Amino acid sequence: MTNAFSDTRNALAEYLLRLADTDMVLAQRLCEWCGNAPALEEEVAMMNVGLDLLGQARNWYDYAAELLDDGRDADHLAFRRNEREYRNLLIAEQPRGDYAVTTAKQFLFDVWHHLVLSRLTESGDERIAAVAAKALKEATYHRRRSTEWMLRLGQGTEESYRRLSDAVQNLWRFTYELTDTDALEDRLAEAGIGAGNVGDAWRTEVARVFSEAGLEQPEPARHFYMDGKNGKHTEHLGFLLAEMQYLQRAYPDAIW
Amino acid sequence: MYAQQVDTGAKRLKNLEEMSPEERHFQEKVDAEVRIEPKNWMPEGYRKTLIRQISQHAHSEIVGMLPEGNWLTRAPTLKRKLQLMAKIQDEAGHGLYLYSAMETLGADRDEEIEKLHRGEVKFSSIFTYPTLTWADMGAIGWLVDGAAIVNQVPLQRCSYGPYARAMIRVCKEESFHQRQGYEILLTMMREGTDEQKAMVQDAINRFWWPSLMMFGPSDANSPNSAQSMAWKIKRHGNDELRQRFLDQTVPQLEFLGCTAPDPDLKWNEETGHYDFGEIDWQEFFDVLKGHSPCGIERIQQRKSAIDEGRWVRDAAVAYARKQEQKAKSAA
Repeated sequence: MTNAFSDTRNALAEYLLRLADTDMVLAQRLCEWCGNAPALEEEVAMMNVGLDLLGQARNWYDYAAELLDDGRDADHLAFRRNEREYRNLLIAEQPRGDYAVTTAKQFLFDVWHHLVLSRLTESGDERIAAVAAKALKEATYHRRRSTEWMLRLGQGTEESYRRLSDAVQNLWRFTYELTDTDALEDRLAEAGIGAGNVGDAWRTEVARVFSEAGLEQPEPARHFYMDGKNGKHTEHLGFLLAEMQYLQRAYPDAIW
Repeated sequence: MYAQQVDTGAKRLKNLEEMSPEERHFQEKVDAEVRIEPKNWMPEGYRKTLIRQISQHAHSEIVGMLPEGNWLTRAPTLKRKLQLMAKIQDEAGHGLYLYSAMETLGADRDEEIEKLHRGEVKFSSIFTYPTLTWADMGAIGWLVDGAAIVNQVPLQRCSYGPYARAMIRVCKEESFHQRQGYEILLTMMREGTDEQKAMVQDAINRFWWPSLMMFGPSDANSPNSAQSMAWKIKRHGNDELRQRFLDQTVPQLEFLGCTAPDPDLKWNEETGHYDFGEIDWQEFFDVLKGHSPCGIERIQQRKSAIDEGRWVRDAAVAYARKQEQKAKSAA
């Protein structure tokens, strides 16, 4: 194995963990809505989105585990890595909040996710292209659903507008991770494997929906110390993982 | 059973001569196994009984999401988490189409849910019990869904068409859940550590009796049961269904390598059934009256979900209205 090959392999595994962890953490937040949704239809819909994301996470973890080839399987990657090893986007780990926070969070993510998966269907890595093709269908529905809720809440009542505006204001600061890429992402994009930077298309689409929802267009978010893609998270992630990983941590060798 | 002790309003059964012509025609259809559909004439008692039973059934599906939701954020593997999410999603779906079946009888979903939150109507006693370990997810799937299936299979032939058809889909999905639940326990017993095996036995100890209580007390002398049977809403007595459940469950229990918390449980050659010990009906009636482990928490959670979600539903309604107006003024 040449060093260049092994470098690409590691870079790719790292990239896949970012995708997987983001899906995983978002699915976990959606699980928190179980029994708490504002309507039964939303119980079904949120669980549906969560299931899609968790299924995608599993596919990315499986591939990452093969590339890493160090004896860890998908479950190990999901349930036995700590917060400094987690690679999810910061926006994913933010507390579920009220329905406006979840709506805004899902929407900002969904637009990004849809763009990234669209590009990944063209990836030079066949496995990635295949997983992305299936995931894209799901993400298309997710984006449509969260866009519809952005409009409902934005144009609904004074209260829903206020709650949505507050949610956007709170979450917006984390969106630089959706518009910026780092060296690893740029390198994989140049190699025809990764999605690269989708920032321009993301800004355009978000601006379109914000304007239709009657929301103010915030200034572009700027990088500020935190870096989810490289394991520098907000304080929320530790608690999320403590709960999610409880059984695997308490009984490390158990089979479930 | 997901619907327990449903009141039919009947003190005793009417015979055909005592019935009005419409009522007689209705009863003859029922006797001939012709399905009653929403637009057909039906006695008021039949309608009310079905509303009570179906709403209780729907509420149970929805409240039943909570004891499992308690472990959803702590499921141990990707596979188990996916399975549990899918199961809970199915339950929300069951609730939705049961409420729809109920609405064909002229009842209103929101009103019935409010009655639940005010404590005026019940949900199944089983969902007031806490889920204390992951093994409870297996025990619920195996025992609780198992008991529900035994109850619901005959409901697929219920005289009321929309309810019967809903049951066909529900039963299919619940059989799947039951196998998954059993597989959770089997994996822990076969491949698990001693601690995990102890967890399984503990879960069975806690859920065994409450599962048998799901069928309700003996209804041999109950006018409600006699009326429900005459209307072919109900097809078998509670004791008969309980025995059927027990007979199919005990061999599965032995295959797991676990025991039941019942020293009197043994095979009876003569009857060809398992004998079992006395059920603590005091516990059952206490639970129904609200003196239960988690009954208060379950209703509080459901009520706060609906209360805190009001602004979301209001926004959706307001938005839909604005869209309508826009479409009108554009036309």
